[in-house]
Amino acid sequence: MARSTTDNDHGLKFYLTGFALALILTAIPFALVATNPLPKLPTLIIIGVAAVIQVLVHLRYFLHLALTSTPRENLLAIVFTAILIFLMVGGSFWIMLDLNHRMSM
Amino acid sequence: MTADAFAVGGRNADEPAMPDVYAQRAFGFWLYLMSDAIIFSLLFATYAVMARNNAAGPTGHTLFSLPNAFGETLLLLFSSITFGFATLAMKAGERARMLSWLLITFVLGLAFVGLEIREFHGLVQAGAGPDRSGFLSAFFTLVGTHGLHVSFGLIWILIMASQVMVKGLTAPVTSRCLRLGLFWHFLDIVWVGIFSVVYLPGIL
Repeated sequence: MARSTTDNDHGLKFYLTGFALALILTAIPFALVATNPLPKLPTLIIIGVAAVIQVLVHLRYFLHLALTSTPRENLLAIVFTAILIFLMVGGSFWIMLDLNHRMSM
Repeated sequence: MTADAFAVGGRNADEPAMPDVYAQRAFGFWLYLMSDAIIFSLLFATYAVMARNNAAGPTGHTLFSLPNAFGETLLLLFSSITFGFATLAMKAGERARMLSWLLITFVLGLAFVGLEIREFHGLVQAGAGPDRSGFLSAFFTLVGTHGLHVSFGLIWILIMASQVMVKGLTAPVTSRCLRLGLFWHFLDIVWVGIFSVVYLPGIL
């Protein structure tokens, strides 16, 4: 993103776009749980996908994260954090599910 | 101050590193937010592991209220956009407009904390306090930690509003407000995780 376009991109329209997207991505999972039209597993998958997309929407439109205009060290920090989270959360699930499995034998 | 100073970090990646103290502070605060993200991720992992360990006590299905969770979600989301409006007013140098948006953000955040305290109080009254089961311990720890962050954010909003009133939109005040914005928007991201991992699957 060029320097000159940053000002327009982070204006009122930019925030409102993010807000509208976030509202939609909130309404979908809540409506699914309220009306229950689908079986449990697809509903859970849609909740998860909507949450991941909404987190990205917040990062982009509210925290103004961008691959080109955000300083590289900030991007490195968030990538490093994502790797740590993946290792620690994934590792916890791996250990605890394995433990569950072995204890119930 | 260029428009880029309002983006995370405050300068272009392809620019030579300048001894810009505000950019450094923004980066330091960004690192703090990343460490906070790790804390919350581990609390989420703990909750996910403990979610079914209800010790024959009440489950999320009977305890959680969908309208309450939806109300809390909307309050935080609206407070995020009103904080965005405050940031835009600050960019435009309009102090009075910025202060009114900050005040609206504060009221929305306060209403969120109020709903959460009411929910927690109701749970404890119903015998579903944090000592009831592993599930409830993990629930109160995760959601309570987020609520505590929002409460500190409210105090911070009051401090920044008074600084804007007393000192005006000076460079240090502006940079503090930008970091407060990062903090406030970050808390909304954590809440997206909370309603998607705790409330919706619990009610389903």
